[in-house]
Amino acid sequence: MARAELTADLVGRPAPAARRARAGGGLAAILTSPLVLGLALPVLLALVWEAAAALGLTSRRLMPPPSTIFATLFKLAANGDLWEHIWITTWRVAVGFVIGTIAGTLVGAAAGYSGLTRRLVDPTLQGLRAVPSIAWVPLFILWLGIFEESKVALIAVGVFFPVYLGVMGEILSVDRKIVEVGRVFRLSGPALVRRILLPAILPAYILALRAGLGLGWMFVVAAEFMGASQGLGYLLVDGQQLGKPDQIIASILVFAVLGKLTDALLVAATRPFLRWKDGYAPAG
Amino acid sequence: MLRFDQIEKIYPNGTHALTHLSLELDAGEIVAVIGGSGCGKSTLLRLAAGLDRPSSGTVSVEDTVITTPHEAVGIVFQEPRLLPWLDVAGNIGFGLTHLPRAERHERVVRALERIGLAGYESAWPRELSGGQAQRVSIARALVARPKVLLLDEPFSALDAFTRADLQHALLALWEASRPTLALVTHDVEEAILLADRVVVMQPSPGRVFKEIRIDLPRPRHRLDDAFIAIERRVLHALDGSLGLARQRASTQANVAVGGW
Repeated sequence: MARAELTADLVGRPAPAARRARAGGGLAAILTSPLVLGLALPVLLALVWEAAAALGLTSRRLMPPPSTIFATLFKLAANGDLWEHIWITTWRVAVGFVIGTIAGTLVGAAAGYSGLTRRLVDPTLQGLRAVPSIAWVPLFILWLGIFEESKVALIAVGVFFPVYLGVMGEILSVDRKIVEVGRVFRLSGPALVRRILLPAILPAYILALRAGLGLGWMFVVAAEFMGASQGLGYLLVDGQQLGKPDQIIASILVFAVLGKLTDALLVAATRPFLRWKDGYAPAG
Repeated sequence: MLRFDQIEKIYPNGTHALTHLSLELDAGEIVAVIGGSGCGKSTLLRLAAGLDRPSSGTVSVEDTVITTPHEAVGIVFQEPRLLPWLDVAGNIGFGLTHLPRAERHERVVRALERIGLAGYESAWPRELSGGQAQRVSIARALVARPKVLLLDEPFSALDAFTRADLQHALLALWEASRPTLALVTHDVEEAILLADRVVVMQPSPGRVFKEIRIDLPRPRHRLDDAFIAIERRVLHALDGSLGLARQRASTQANVAVGGW
């Protein structure tokens, strides 16, 4: 998601469409509401896809139409399997996200505040950041076993780096004049971090959390390739091994919906903390 | 109360900001420091605030040497520097977190009344005008009850009407607790309107050129003959300080040309 778009979401200013909806009302207002506009593109794509399949322009076996995919989803939901897979995957992402966020925030704040800490840890962390997620898999299996610990650890690693980088980088760019206000009131160390530096970086911090959450959802797939017997990643592998493209695409769709939902939840939960923000509100 | 003793300040980049500067401000006195650009006025305040340290010499408040920010010294900057994530009450009470909540609230409410912003407790800084924001900034410094308040061109970014309004507001606030005020300004009228003494500085490197005592009763009026007479004396001193600086710059330029 583009940074400007992320920021606009965070500030919580009513979207232009929502403002128009309140002002004008009626069908035009409904058609331009954020929900309808957001769903317009995927619905259009689904319709084109369905039509292409019906006209025989695509292979129904390799590229099943949306109707088949929704039927598969409905079947999985009806027998309860889908909810179990969603629950276990979401739980893994949630635990990994919390661990990665706490670690990224603490190390990022220490590296941002203290030049010595930054010079000590940043080169190593920047090097580790470049390691592909899948490269950690064998090591984590060896260290932590094949069960939940290794999966959660992999997700936490994915979340850690954007949060660390966001916190450390933004602390370094906090306006010196604002920091001087803290110094005038004799704040130093943890008090300066807590009362000046962290609030000053809050908008960027929440962006970093959203980026971390997005990576958490990406890393959970790699994690669930590690011999999982449950989870949406397992459904993907199962679909590939049993030649069920409808199940693969259905799992991808669920990932997309869950990613969007959790991001929206994060935005909603953090919005009260950004009421003070005075940002650009694009017109139209 | 506030004493600068043989201050020398040379920045790491080699800029010689202040030299042989000695100055003493009495308790409850208002001293305006004026001078051309680069004469070290702001450096002087940063040293007094403990935000910078002198290369040699000492700054002290009631015999306590200032090397880091001190509770007896407050500062108001040129720009309000309000913390955008705190509402007006949060900004004013920022330095009072050591006090019990009730006492903090009482001081903040009283400060808001004094600066004419009663009812603005929950406003965000972005909702304030420039003048209102600077009032909040002054209140934030004063609620901590400093013995010395430093003001670094606090009204320079404001329009003439707001500036006049705030100058009167500052005097009213000063009357309430009479802290020592050190005001850096470019505005000669402002200096004479507010101060008991005007210190004219000369640049390159900064030092005290002349001190002029203002013995006019308050409130002062810009069009009074006595006010205008003092204004002439201050302007004359300013011209003198700048003339000396120009003379020195010209000599240095000649030496440089001769070197080529």
